[in-house]
Amino acid sequence: MAYRIFIGPFVEMVTIPDLFVQTVWEGFVGGVLYALIALGFVLIFKASGVFNFAQGIMVVFAGLTLVGVYEKFAAFGFSGMLAAYAALVVALAVMFALAVAVERVVLRPLVNQPDIILFMATFGLTYLLIGLGETIFGGSPKVMIAAQLGLPSGSIDLAILGGRVSLQMLDIAAAVIAIVMIAVLAFFFQYTRIGRALRAVADSHKAALSVGISLNQIWIIVWFTAGIVALITGIMWGARSDVSFGLQTIALKALPVLILGGFTSVPGAIVGGLIIGIGEKIGEFYWGPLFGNGIESWLAYVIALAFLMFRPQGLFGDKIIERI
Amino acid sequence: MFYREAGQYKTSYKADMSVFPLLQDRIGIIAILAIAFVAVPLFASEFIILSVMVPFLVFALAAIGLNILTGYTGLISLGTGAFMGVGAYACYKLTTLFPGVNIIVWIIVSGFFSAAIGVVFGLPSLRIKGFYLAVATLAAQFFLQWCFVRIPWLYNYNASGAIEVPERTLFGLAITGARSSPEVRYLVLLSIVVFLTWIASNLVHGRIGRSWMAVRDMDIAAELMGIKLLPTKLLAFAVSSFYCGVAGACMMFLWYGGGEANDAFNVNQSFIVLFMVIIGGLGSLIGSFLGAFFISTLPTILKFGVPAVGIPLTGALAEHLTHIMVGALIIFFLIVEPHGLARLWQIAKQKLRVWPFPY
Repeated sequence: MAYRIFIGPFVEMVTIPDLFVQTVWEGFVGGVLYALIALGFVLIFKASGVFNFAQGIMVVFAGLTLVGVYEKFAAFGFSGMLAAYAALVVALAVMFALAVAVERVVLRPLVNQPDIILFMATFGLTYLLIGLGETIFGGSPKVMIAAQLGLPSGSIDLAILGGRVSLQMLDIAAAVIAIVMIAVLAFFFQYTRIGRALRAVADSHKAALSVGISLNQIWIIVWFTAGIVALITGIMWGARSDVSFGLQTIALKALPVLILGGFTSVPGAIVGGLIIGIGEKIGEFYWGPLFGNGIESWLAYVIALAFLMFRPQGLFGDKIIERI
Repeated sequence: MFYREAGQYKTSYKADMSVFPLLQDRIGIIAILAIAFVAVPLFASEFIILSVMVPFLVFALAAIGLNILTGYTGLISLGTGAFMGVGAYACYKLTTLFPGVNIIVWIIVSGFFSAAIGVVFGLPSLRIKGFYLAVATLAAQFFLQWCFVRIPWLYNYNASGAIEVPERTLFGLAITGARSSPEVRYLVLLSIVVFLTWIASNLVHGRIGRSWMAVRDMDIAAELMGIKLLPTKLLAFAVSSFYCGVAGACMMFLWYGGGEANDAFNVNQSFIVLFMVIIGGLGSLIGSFLGAFFISTLPTILKFGVPAVGIPLTGALAEHLTHIMVGALIIFFLIVEPHGLARLWQIAKQKLRVWPFPY
């Protein structure tokens, strides 16, 4: 047993390297998608201190809206690439409307309430969005309109390390889009006027208010940005499987990513996402069979928990200083 | 005018410290207990008992458990469902290993197994707090849920992969299994809930409860005052998991009667109990009951009450509407009354006390 836990898997990794590379690649792609969800969390947490539990359902809701609107268009005989992009615009508009509504209805009346109350409010939002999505678009899974949006399909095979590694084109596209988006966000935060205002709000609400930054506006922008991130995540994740309400459980997977990377750090979300994504794939593939499989469901949490014992604020999180 | 404290003098420290200082409050609680113990089993229909009262009591017990942890000690937990599961599976193993011992004993004892597991998962609470801890309790949720499915020993290698509740009796009356009557199950459950609520009330009003609340309000200050943080937090985890475990055992043995076991302890159950605590009121026992009643009866009302008044509603739509309404109500309550239903209850009592004057 000890051999099978401590030595066997490593021998396997070294002797069949192409399988190892394949596993790491799959973990990498999963990790990128976790990182995208975590990014949505971090954006909102940084700017408003709200732990947004609804990010996962926002991903589903955005994807559902896109597919649902496209289906409506197709019913009128308007289909193809143009219709897909029109649906994309509609979905963006819906996410914007959602951001405005959340700010007006939820955040503004709850200003200055304790964290847990705001956290619970996003729980309410989650249930509301589940119900709305099911009522409007139906509860059955839908096929993402990947081809109509011009996303690549098929796969390329690489011959490396004496074996063949198969990479899905879609996964490569997902990784590229994610990297581009993170770069754009980093630029946006670092160099634009609104980005600086966002960082100011993140540092201190009061100080930001006193230099004339409108909190309400900032919140709308942040929630809308999180909505865009959710939409892109929804498209990428929906293209790999289907768009269904089962997807919201991936949001729960983003939580260990968050605590690993720190709640307030964008690089933390990315690095954490990759660690969790690759770690859980390798764990499941090499060690899973020893424990009867399915350890993917909790491995991420255990990795994160073990890590927290040594560094409670996460990899890149702000150090917690407490005073009386 | 409805009731006044005028003329009710407290002449001893004991009287001053009592939970129900007013005579009218004591009469009220006795009346409620009498209705629950006598009137409900006599007059309520089987439907009311099985789909309103029994779920309400089970969830009330779970909500008390979570309230001890989240409301009184300030540690958010999302692992309630799993701790309930530990209780249910422990109770099942115990009663199949020792069928001679009465099931009520095992329902209570299974709480201790849950408490032990709760302490293990509560250990990180000294190092981490807040949302980090909430995520850590999710680890418990997913790990334990995986155990329930993957370790066949827990469910005695049943072909169904779930708990199969055996028949157990008390004084010749079947209280679990297919032949047990709803009234008997209800009365057993009610007795357990009343007994454990009484214990919880004594706990939170005493030294232990005060140290929990001190930790909640500011843990560093509490430490400076001489409260040892780790034992206090772990005790909160233990007591909370104990209540959740008993609730889980009751749920499986007195409500579900087996089947559906794998799905009963998923993360959604944890969330629902958390809703009950928040809507009912953090740090209030009466709030646990009010919240549990509110959330657990809402789907039933939508499913059976709304069609009864003539509005047609399909099953699927009713479910979607339940989601929307629960979501909207949570937000509404948080905005209008962040202190929950317990605060409304307090306001109502205060109004009755000063009526007809506004203050």
